[in-house]
Amino acid sequence: MRALAALFRRELRLSNRAGGGGAMGVVFFLILVTITPFAIGPDLNLLARIGPAILWIAALLSTLLGLDRLFMSDHEDGSLDLLEMSDAPMELVVLVKCLAHWAVTGLPLVVATPLFGLMLALEGDALWGVAASLAAGTPALTFIGAIGAALTVSLRRGGLLMAILVLPFTVPVLIFGVSAASAASGGTVPFLTPFLILCALSLGSMALAPFAAAAALRSGD
Amino acid sequence: MVFPQDITLRAIDLALARGGRRLAQGLSFTLQGGEALVVTGPNGAGKSTFLRVLAGLLAPAAGEVALDGAGVEAPGLAAHYLGHAEALKGALTARENLEFWSAMLEAGHGGLDPDAALGRVALSHAPDLPVSFLSAGQRRRVAICRLLVAPRPLWLLDEPTTALDAASQARLAALMKEHLAAGGLIVAATHGDLGLTARELRLGGES
Repeated sequence: MRALAALFRRELRLSNRAGGGGAMGVVFFLILVTITPFAIGPDLNLLARIGPAILWIAALLSTLLGLDRLFMSDHEDGSLDLLEMSDAPMELVVLVKCLAHWAVTGLPLVVATPLFGLMLALEGDALWGVAASLAAGTPALTFIGAIGAALTVSLRRGGLLMAILVLPFTVPVLIFGVSAASAASGGTVPFLTPFLILCALSLGSMALAPFAAAAALRSGD
Repeated sequence: MVFPQDITLRAIDLALARGGRRLAQGLSFTLQGGEALVVTGPNGAGKSTFLRVLAGLLAPAAGEVALDGAGVEAPGLAAHYLGHAEALKGALTARENLEFWSAMLEAGHGGLDPDAALGRVALSHAPDLPVSFLSAGQRRRVAICRLLVAPRPLWLLDEPTTALDAASQARLAALMKEHLAAGGLIVAATHGDLGLTARELRLGGES
């Protein structure tokens, strides 16, 4: 337990130090959300209608952005070998690393969403709907991505390959995330139906991904 | 820190392979607490592979490795591995790195405090410096401190003297002697002289 707490603290520290890239996800998210109105034009109705989708795509891409480093930096400097030699099982190590990664990349997106949603002309209900759907759905993105990150850990240029591997599996999360977010601002589907499926996707990937990723890391060398 | 008396590292008919190529086979030895084994051989003979197999990071092509008397399921859980990569994060200070590994690897208790450990390798002035500011030899010395902050009976050292100056090599030799005197075991791959009385296992060569 003490070991896992130390691991969590170290991950947070690393992302906050120089070169850790902790804030990069949010900045990238902000840039995507900012340039979209310029590309689409000042049609507020159109922006409000596609706003949840834009926020979700931006969240998906900015989550994937830092994910390839999740295990690669530890692999390169030999830390991963030593983590395997600790008493803590690799599955828990993966779980803790993913939770720390989500706390640094996913959580800020959730917090920033109500603010950025204003730039896409979203109304009150829709803002909270998108934020709630991102809070429930981004853990699934992190955990599904962790499997891809573990599989490509020993490849120098694994980042792009990881994105190609992972993106198809994030499609269900995207579908239910956007439909939950849209349902919050009115529509035929009640909000809870897609939202609960989204929660199930997150919990399911949280349960499965640590085993898959740990197996991939163990067979890595 | 004193380790249990009866710790024994046994390798039984071990075979090593890397990338599908057999490097060595029929390796059998027994190492008691307080003994050191030096692994020598030309480049590519399988010294690093041998150490990684002992650490449990690679599966042997045949045979098995066991660590008796240490109360762990796998030898790797009671072993320190000091490889070519130092497992230090450049953005963290030396103390933060050591505190982390101490919490992560500590099996029992009685490890040195990070500051005290840094003092043992003559780096007591550097605990608050980010590791990326240290030289290769200094990084190596911080990595050696890891062996002191989390006591584990088996040390697996892969070319431990790389980048170390003469004074640091002497300090490392003293630390290794202390470890052996406390009942620990050392398996080291090296090309040079470690300043230890040790058995020798030669890999590769004639074949």
